[in-house]
Amino acid sequence: MNDTLANTEKKTAYILTLPAVLLVFSIILFPIFSNIWISFKEVELKDIRIPEPRAKKIVKSISNEPSKIKIIYKLRNSSLIQEIRDVSFQDNFPKNFEIENLDQRCSYKKYNLKCKFGNWPAKYKENFQVIFAINDGSKIDKTYLKSIKPKLDGKSDNILLNTNFTLKNFKKVLFENEFVDLLLTTFYYTFFGTVGSIVFGILTAQMVNQKFYGRTFMRSVLLFPYVAPVVALAYTWELLLDPNSGTLNSLLLNYQIIETPINLLGQKYIEISILGFDFKLRLALTTVIMFEIWRYFPLAFLFILARLQAIPKELYEAADVDGASPFQKFFNITLPQITAVISILFMIRFIWNFNKFEDVFLLTGGASGTRTLPINVYQQGFAISDIGMGSAVSIVIVVLLLMFMFFYFKLLGKRVDEN
Amino acid sequence: MRTKNTIIFSLISTFFLIFLISIWKILATLQGLSIKSFNIEILFIFGLLISLAHLGIGDRIKSFYKSIIFSLLFVFCDGYLTQKLPIWYNVGVFLILYFFTNKISKYSFVGLKEEHSTQVILFDFLTLFGILFFSFVILFPFYMMLVTSFKTQIALLVNPLDFSINFRQDIKDLFKSYFVIFKSYKFGKYIVTSTIVSVGTVIITLLFAIPAAYAVARLNFFGKTFLSTSILIIYMFPAIVLVIPLYTIFSQLGLRNSIEGLLIVYTATTLPVAIYMLQGYFKSIPKELEEAAILDKLSWYGIITKIIIPLSIPAISSVALYVFMIAWNEFLFSLMFLDNPNSFTLSRAIQYLSGDAETPRQYLMAGSVIVTLPVLFIFVYFEKYLVSGLTAGSVKG
Repeated sequence: MNDTLANTEKKTAYILTLPAVLLVFSIILFPIFSNIWISFKEVELKDIRIPEPRAKKIVKSISNEPSKIKIIYKLRNSSLIQEIRDVSFQDNFPKNFEIENLDQRCSYKKYNLKCKFGNWPAKYKENFQVIFAINDGSKIDKTYLKSIKPKLDGKSDNILLNTNFTLKNFKKVLFENEFVDLLLTTFYYTFFGTVGSIVFGILTAQMVNQKFYGRTFMRSVLLFPYVAPVVALAYTWELLLDPNSGTLNSLLLNYQIIETPINLLGQKYIEISILGFDFKLRLALTTVIMFEIWRYFPLAFLFILARLQAIPKELYEAADVDGASPFQKFFNITLPQITAVISILFMIRFIWNFNKFEDVFLLTGGASGTRTLPINVYQQGFAISDIGMGSAVSIVIVVLLLMFMFFYFKLLGKRVDEN
Repeated sequence: MRTKNTIIFSLISTFFLIFLISIWKILATLQGLSIKSFNIEILFIFGLLISLAHLGIGDRIKSFYKSIIFSLLFVFCDGYLTQKLPIWYNVGVFLILYFFTNKISKYSFVGLKEEHSTQVILFDFLTLFGILFFSFVILFPFYMMLVTSFKTQIALLVNPLDFSINFRQDIKDLFKSYFVIFKSYKFGKYIVTSTIVSVGTVIITLLFAIPAAYAVARLNFFGKTFLSTSILIIYMFPAIVLVIPLYTIFSQLGLRNSIEGLLIVYTATTLPVAIYMLQGYFKSIPKELEEAAILDKLSWYGIITKIIIPLSIPAISSVALYVFMIAWNEFLFSLMFLDNPNSFTLSRAIQYLSGDAETPRQYLMAGSVIVTLPVLFIFVYFEKYLVSGLTAGSVKG
């Protein structure tokens, strides 16, 4: 009895989870594996369109012969590079149509025209013509004739399915593609974006955790950049920072803080001298990181605030009795209480920032020294149209992430052991 | 100790005053006033004098009168130095000064003698400073977005600092950018597409996620722990890695440029979070209810529809809102999968609009306002639901 109950429970569970599992598998896990497959192939964007046999039907009446009609099919191979084999053709006609000139490749039975065109090489084109006689003298409805669509079918090789593999993509990614520069840019972007958003998250959470008028309003406002669509925000920032008529540059010029406008998103380096030391700051990258921090510190804020509100008040009361200063309270009570949240946040944000595509793409498009690895996936795959290369770059991203997670957990595990 | 605290107090409060006045000056500049300098040196001296005078006078005058006197004095001196500014500017300065003197009125010579008073002052002012700074930094781009959408190309070029909106003009002229993008750029259609895609994603996600979450929360089966951990791992997985294989598969299946394709991808990417959030809530529903239902011979379908769903309406609506926001804001997949303007979503349409360098920026901003408003509205209106959802699932982004 018990056994059958457990069995039905199992069955129910599988039925309930199956649709979700199948969908997630087919859209997330399967592509990850096919990504590995594609990354070992030489595939370009134009290769992935399956070649199709196509026919455009044109209906023409023949002068002087009202009972006859000419139908022209403009046949072609849609692909410019691949051949189609065993092309078959089928079209239907009204019941009063008799064929006049039957092509030897075709047969006409029961008002159904069937043809076998054999192999079409790439770029193949043909004007295929059939003439019909109408045997009962009724009028020909041309639009009706045109609305019957011919059916074509053919076989072709799918470049994705053959088993030619190459290591060329990975060689290119790792050795030719300014890989070190890419990696450094991605690392700067990820690391400073993550640290910055966590620091601002701590500051704002500490701020909102105190009592003041309009606190709930402040909490919603702080989350605005996080919930608003990235497209709108990125273009607003672009306008704000525009060197010619952007608000920020105009303001700075107006108050005579700068003499010439600064192109914050379009300039790769800016020279800065502090205390006599000259160094180059990567300006566009810094701006993009600022945007990143601005947009994602609310997540850190939310997590840390939730943690702060869970800290027992007795801890602070005891500290007050001991005569601790606000800073002592912050460093000795608050900070230790939120380290766990911070380490989780660091990992989540690091992984997501590492893969962040939209923000940089919309702000700079990867120009002026802001080309990160995800941007490179897009550029290789769609701008240069080399799907194989794009795939290889994304595999590199996954490998780097797995390495990061491995070391991070190892480090974290050690820390826990020490405590 | 006391002298040190006095100096630190007056310096910090002075910096705070400078900050307040500077923000006010920036806002005034953006209304078209010509203010060329912050006059930081003069502000500094004023601030120091006010905070020291405040300490010196102490309780001898009622703090209300003290605030009024300080504020009026400042306004007159400031008005004398930066002449010919309209009355509303000076009223603003007066209010800021009144706010400021009120804020410092709780500090006195006696208080400054206490232990840690420097740090207390620093903390207090940092909080105040933070609130204003973050409100300004966050709200300013939104404010700019809204204002720019109401301006004309010429006005923007002539004086990029003039953010004032002329409300006396005709409604048609005021909303011109909005009329244009609806008429010549088909934004009405994009709104419909975006809504269909987002609402569709919500419905399908819930249909798939509720049974799955119920199974994970309640039933015992082989592979349960594996399933619940893999949900989280998949959730962490980067979308950019999926883009190329999905693009190739979708173009071979002819699913690109179709709403169905987007629906499939959005549902698959939001399912893990939805399941994770829902199962957490389902676990908190008392088991006794279901046991009673099983005795009444209710099938799992009956249990879910008659017990689980009615009891978890808050959690389900929070998941629904949250999935809606993800789908509405989504950009990467819509960029990859849609290249036919007939099937664009709002985000993709705005990006397409910006691709043309000739597009006037006020149209771009009008489009941005249209895509942002629904999200912000939903967020503010349903904030309580959403914040719990955000912390549980932390919107992927």
